[in-house]
Formats: sequence, C-alpha cells, structure tokens
Amino acid sequence: MADQLINQLLWPIIYILCITVPLIIAVAMFVYWERKVIGWMHVRLGPNKIGPFGLLQAFADVVKLLIKEVILPTKANRALYYLAPLLALIPALAAWAVVPFSSKMVLSNANAGVLYLLAMTSMGVYGIILAGWASNSRYALLGAMRSAAQVISYELAMGLCLVCVLVLAGSLNLTDIVNAQAGHKGLFDWFWLPLLPVFVIYFISGVAETNRAPFDVAEGESEIVAGFHVEYSGSAFAIFFLAEYANMILVSFLAAILFMGGWLSPFPDTWGFIGQGGFIWLFIKAFLFAFMFLWFRATFPRYRYDQIMRLGWKVFIPIAIVWVLVAGCMKYYGLVTIGTGV
Amino acid sequence: MNPQLFQLICFYAFGFVTVAAALSVITLKNTVHAVLALVLTFFSAACLWMLLDAEFLALALIVVYVGAVMVLFLFVVMMLDIDQEKMREGFVKFLPVGLIVAAAMLVEMLGLIGVRAMHTQVMGADPAAAAGTSNTAWLGRALYTQYLLPFEVAALILTVGVVAAVALTLRKRADARYESASQQVKVNPRDRVRLVKMAAERPVDETPVPPQESKS
Repeated sequence: MADQLINQLLWPIIYILCITVPLIIAVAMFVYWERKVIGWMHVRLGPNKIGPFGLLQAFADVVKLLIKEVILPTKANRALYYLAPLLALIPALAAWAVVPFSSKMVLSNANAGVLYLLAMTSMGVYGIILAGWASNSRYALLGAMRSAAQVISYELAMGLCLVCVLVLAGSLNLTDIVNAQAGHKGLFDWFWLPLLPVFVIYFISGVAETNRAPFDVAEGESEIVAGFHVEYSGSAFAIFFLAEYANMILVSFLAAILFMGGWLSPFPDTWGFIGQGGFIWLFIKAFLFAFMFLWFRATFPRYRYDQIMRLGWKVFIPIAIVWVLVAGCMKYYGLVTIGTGV
Repeated sequence: MNPQLFQLICFYAFGFVTVAAALSVITLKNTVHAVLALVLTFFSAACLWMLLDAEFLALALIVVYVGAVMVLFLFVVMMLDIDQEKMREGFVKFLPVGLIVAAAMLVEMLGLIGVRAMHTQVMGADPAAAAGTSNTAWLGRALYTQYLLPFEVAALILTVGVVAAVALTLRKRADARYESASQQVKVNPRDRVRLVKMAAERPVDETPVPPQESKS
C-alpha cells in the first residue's frame, strides 16, 4: 500500500516540482534578462545594483511584490477577484506536463499531447476575462474585452498552424513530432523549411496569444493604464506576471519543438559529438525564441486594435488554411521525409 | 491503491462535480457565476470522458466549448444588464413545461440504453482498443474512411451556417468610414509629399544692428 502510494503519488509530485520550480526561477531570470536586453537596446545599463550584474534584481522584485498588500476594490466580486489570477496561472503551468525536453525526458508522453496543449492554452483566457470583470473597473473590463477577442482570433490561426505540423508528422504526440523531424541533413530536415509561412504565423500568433508587444493592446498603458490587471497589487499581480512569462517561455519551447526539431542537433548526424541530439539544443532554441519576444518589444510600436483583428482574420487564417492544403500535398506526394528512414 | 479503485474514486469525484455544477448553473443568482458553473460542468464532463479513454472527445470538448464558445458566452453575459427578478417571474408558469420535457428526455434515454442495462455492458467493446491504436488515431481513421460522406456533409452544413450568419448580420452603414489596408500599403510617398530641390543659398550678409540702448 505504502509502496504504491509512493509510486502513484509521491514520484509524480516530485516530477511536477522538477518542472515547475525551475520554470518559476526561469521566469525570474527571464524578467531580469528582459530588462537587461531592453536596457542595452535603449543604450542604458538595465538593472545593475542588486547582486553581481544586478542578477538578484528579479528576486528582490518578487519579495517586494509578495510582502505588499492585496487590495480589493470596492464593489468588486470578491470570490472571482481572487480566483482570476489562479485561473491564469494553472493552465500556464499545467501545459508543461506534455512538453518533451529530450527523447526520454517527458512527464506525460500523452498520445493527444498537441490537443492537450491547445486545451490548456485556450483556458488561460478565463483568468484575464474574470480579472477584468471582477475588478469593477472600466479600464480593466476594456482590457479584458480586448484580450479575449485577440486571444480567440489568434487561437484559430495557431490551431491551423498546428494542423499543418500534424499533417506532416502524422501524430498528435509531441515526442513523435520531434522524431519525425529527425534525418541526416540536420537543420534542413526540420519542419520550418516545408512549413516556413506557417512557422512565421505560429510564432507571431504566439506573441499575440501571450498579449506581448506589439500586440499588447490588452494592457496598453497609454490608453487603459494596465488593462485587465490594473486593480491587482502584491502577490495577485505577481501571479498574473508569472503566468504571462510562463506562457511566453512555453510558446518559445513549442516553436522549437514543433518547427525547429526540438532536442535534435542542427548539424548532420555524421558530425560526431555536435551532431547528436540532447536537451541542451532545445534550451538553446527556446532561448533564442524567448529572446525574440524581448527584441520585438524593444523594436515595434503597438498595433492598433483593428489592425490586429485584420492581421489575424484576413491574413493569417487564409494563409494557414491554404498551407494545410499545401502540407497535405507535400505529404501525399512524398516531398517531405519523415523520420530518419528513407 | 490499485488503478481500478483509483479510477472509481476519480469517476465519483468528477461525477459529483459535474452534477453539482450543472445544478448550480440553474440555481445561482449571478449570471456570470452561472456561466462559470457551466464551464466547470463542461470541464468535469471532459474529465469523465477522459476516464473512458475518449481522450479526443474530452480535449475537443475543452478546446471548442470551454476555450471558445463559453468565452464568447461569458463575454455576452458580462455585457448584458439582466434584471434577476424579471428572469425568475415565469418560474411557476413554465415549471410544467420543463417537467414534461425532462420526463420525455428521461424516457428517451431509458429507451436508448434500456431499463435493465444498469449492470450490463451497453456499448460494444472499445473498437480503438480492439484495433490496438489510440482513441484519436482510430477516430480519425473512421471519420475519414468509413464516415467520409457524413463528415463532409456536416462540414458543408456548418459552412453554410457560418455564411448565413454573416450574411444576415452584415450591414453597411452609409455614413461609416472604412480604411482600406491595401490602399494604405500601396500609397506612394510621391503622391503625398513633394520634395523640392533647391540650390543652397548664402544668406545675405546683413549683420544685425544691435538695438540702441535707450539712455536714461
């Protein structure tokens, strides 16, 4: 009995902690990296006072946020106001269950992994909508409305991009999808090459889904102060922050897994040591994608709301639909090699 | 704790949550709370399906209903100004109608499943498990081979529905002003700004005369 309890409960919990705790620390370091990178792009220094090179800045911010008071606005809906940050965070963490870090390192090698990811990411929007509604504030409600419309629109484009990947890989399992990109040509066997337009659409939709610049109208500080979380303070705000950054890192990892060969090495497998796959490659790729989030933020001005909708519905979705057809033809006529065979 | 016992506990837990959430959908006073209870109902129903190894249906339920339909529903409910008292007025009047509908549905379900089916296997053996593939793969193969025609007909009907909904609600106001993105992109700078080339000129040498200070 005790043996089974350990096997069925204790080990899964330890595995879950092995993913979530580094993820939360990664979020803290990512915030530090963001401020540093944007600082350099603005010809500033960025945080440099706390710890060596300002490395402890993020932890100082966390401590500051956690010891601040959480203020409940008057006439706010108490239960939903406190529930909303959790509804934003839980899907953001739960989605990591199916992310494979290398050919053996995966918490749940679910058959319908991609569907599970879609399900989890589509639930994150509830936290935002409820936060906007429960805070009893016009700014928050406007931010929530913008965000909900945006997330739903870009989810469609994102889903169609995933369909292209599924058509080529022939599986909903993320490990199988990465294995389908293996081959002798390294870099040129990955799905980014046959699915180039879709890859670009996927990443841009990912930026829009996480409400990041240049699609950050949900919190556009010059128009609606801070959008859906304007009334949140202290630890409740910190949880929204954590959820947003965890989602950014998740989108980076997914872009690397679905289109850039996951843990596979970019070099041909005949090149010996550096031709072998390993989780380090996945982390390098994901880091580059995460860096692009920051690069976009420092580079592009914010989109206007109607331009966002136009881009999602009238540009991305038609291109993605056409490319589903193209991917089907490529698969049917054998233009793309799947896996190491052939 | 053997797996079957664990599944049984999960089943009762999810079943209890589903029923409780479904009851609160119709009893909660706040409409936003009611919509959230409906979301919970869908979610725990999806968990129940997951227990039955129907992973595709369960996840599709979450993606489609929880992730998209209910978000829009919540959106609409938040924007509405609903008078609770008025909504509850017709309760007694419509109760008989509701009871008749409920009784009819119960009879239909019993007719489908059979009254004595409580302890026997109603459905056949799981065809996906028999074929040795996952539920999703089996479903996809069945939909696109055996049931291709009904599938395509359903897709066509849905498309017609979408087009009809757009056609019914789309109207152009005469005084509304639109921007055409393609025209904006196609604009040539020369149409908007004229750059004039001028030869450099030396300013005429006129040393400013210092203003005469008034002597006082």
